[in-house]
Amino acid sequence: MSAPGTINAGYLENLLAGQPHLPASPLAWLNALRAEAVERVGALTVPTLRDEEWRFTDISLLTKMSFHPVRTTISLQAADIARFYIEEATTRLVFVDGVYAPQLSSGITDNGVAVINLEAGFGAYAAAIEPHLGRLSEFRDNVFAALNTAFLHDAALIVVPRDVSVAIPVHLLFIATQKDVVSYPRCLLLAESGSAVTVIEDYVSLQDDAYFTNAVTEIALIDNARVNHIRVQREGVKAFHIANCAVSLARASNYQSVSVAFGARISRYNLNVQLAEEAECAVDGLALISGRQLADTHTCIDHAKPHAVSHQMHKCIVGGSAHAVFNGKIMVRQGAQRTDSRQSSRNLLLTGKAHVDTKPQLEIFADDVKCTHGATIGQLDSEEVFYLQSRGMSETAARNMLTYAFGAEIIERIPISSLKCQLEQTVLEQTTTQP
Amino acid sequence: MIHQDSKVLLEVRGLCATVNGTEILKGLDLTVRSGEIHAIMGPNGSGKSTFSKILAGHSAYEVTGGTVMFQGQNLLDLAPEERARAGVFLAFQYPIEIPGVINSQFLRLTYNTVQTHRGKEELDPLEFDDYVREKMKLLEMSPDFLERSVNEGFSGGEKKRNEILQMAMLDPRLAILDETDSGLDIDALRIVANGVNQLANKDNAIVLVTHYQRLLNYIVPDFVHVMEAGRIIKTGGKELAFELETRGYDWVGVEHKAATRATA
Repeated sequence: MSAPGTINAGYLENLLAGQPHLPASPLAWLNALRAEAVERVGALTVPTLRDEEWRFTDISLLTKMSFHPVRTTISLQAADIARFYIEEATTRLVFVDGVYAPQLSSGITDNGVAVINLEAGFGAYAAAIEPHLGRLSEFRDNVFAALNTAFLHDAALIVVPRDVSVAIPVHLLFIATQKDVVSYPRCLLLAESGSAVTVIEDYVSLQDDAYFTNAVTEIALIDNARVNHIRVQREGVKAFHIANCAVSLARASNYQSVSVAFGARISRYNLNVQLAEEAECAVDGLALISGRQLADTHTCIDHAKPHAVSHQMHKCIVGGSAHAVFNGKIMVRQGAQRTDSRQSSRNLLLTGKAHVDTKPQLEIFADDVKCTHGATIGQLDSEEVFYLQSRGMSETAARNMLTYAFGAEIIERIPISSLKCQLEQTVLEQTTTQP
Repeated sequence: MIHQDSKVLLEVRGLCATVNGTEILKGLDLTVRSGEIHAIMGPNGSGKSTFSKILAGHSAYEVTGGTVMFQGQNLLDLAPEERARAGVFLAFQYPIEIPGVINSQFLRLTYNTVQTHRGKEELDPLEFDDYVREKMKLLEMSPDFLERSVNEGFSGGEKKRNEILQMAMLDPRLAILDETDSGLDIDALRIVANGVNQLANKDNAIVLVTHYQRLLNYIVPDFVHVMEAGRIIKTGGKELAFELETRGYDWVGVEHKAATRATA
């Protein structure tokens, strides 16, 4: 067994092995971006517990396994995946093991609104894409984002033009079908000035063996744009899921995000949000895990300019001998006066072996700000259990209800009712223990 | 209303209890018959709230002596939920908030759970909606309450009304109202008291646990008991409450000590 800090040197090279087979893009800057990413992968190492940003999250299990890029794509029928559809979200892009599946997708190009595979946007949108793709999500010091960028090919591209409000939610469905495969889902959302859109980023699996999802999402909101971003990570039980999401908010734009993590053996979600003047964000999360799962959420909300508002509520429900990690950094830069920031981390441990590490981090370099944060870790409150028992419910039913309610508080913030019901049902099933 | 021939609902004899090793109840006696309204008064720390929680089955308290019989059954043998199903109801001094659970779902679940255990029919969501709305009129509650999370963001008065609404639905034999008047303004107090009065009948009994006399202006008790240091030291009629309001509690303790010395 190798000591911590020393990862098999060939590991990243193995992961990169499939990269030369990618067809060159007609866009020179995109080829240059990939080449730069390949070079960064060569210079970086896989993080270990010795890295401050990874000190609670042991991914050595991931590095002991061998994954290869998808070789043959599985042909799926709509009937195979219909159960993942979200009733309201009829605009849909489907990626199977990271590969765009046009026959399963129902994207749109309509009045300047585009929900398409990246390649299809090279003609009309290349100039709009270039300043954001690979720029919002920093990969120079992030080996997983660099790997994803090195493999950048198929990707969900959403462009919403100025003052257009897209009524139908967009469903980006990433389906894993093959074991030992690593896929590199990628999303780019450009919300132009005054536009509005709701996007569901959804990771699912059709099989239970090990695979690796390494995703990158970039979202740019121009002045006054409004984006609802719902992220659902319901990967297979043996999956590895590492994702980076970068969101840039221009003046007076509004970003509302709810991310839930139910699946994967090991998952890590990095979310970086940067706020300009008068921008507002609500960043909420729920990790519901059991068995030997590990779910790590790292967020950084960067108040770069004055008068911005950020609200964050992150919850973890941890059963079995699972391990949840939350690291929530709020940065208030010099000059970011009148910042209004509220953060709370609440954690529920269902067993004696469940474990949570939570680390709210407030770094304030301005003096006229309103910032609150807090973290709680605990078991169900015995007074609450007693209250429900005193109304006739058994102790088990009372505990189930309180556990469910703890998670449902986050799910309720999802603005799409069929998805909300579906996820509430999942929470109900996961939190129900038989008497 | 006192009827000499009515059934004994609750019979407490020599009840002693501790919390974390500290003795709180030290030989409490109380008999409650159906149709009666009792008020238990006393200074802070006398053990009133402890007594009400013990009756409901709170596990933080250890009963170290005495007996509690409820309708001929040993109440102390029952789990809290079994007591609720058997007809004991406690209106909490501090009702808990349950964000994430909608009040109507919660009310229906508790109602149906208790109904099932009493061998009665459950109500489906539509039937329940009619039923609960009818009960809400009793407490002048807006139907909006049904769609909100349980007690979340409710004012003090709204929480207490929600407690009495549950009492109305669950139709208990014995209702214990723990400091139900605390935190209520005069309008809310009147509404809550009016609701309780309408729920009182010859087959049930109500025990009001209160520090102040003002609730008793609206819900008139048949008996007033004064608790001190974990036992009931004086029992009287409704006029005792007025006396306590003007004279405070100290004189009762002094009188009790003198009486105890005299018999010793």
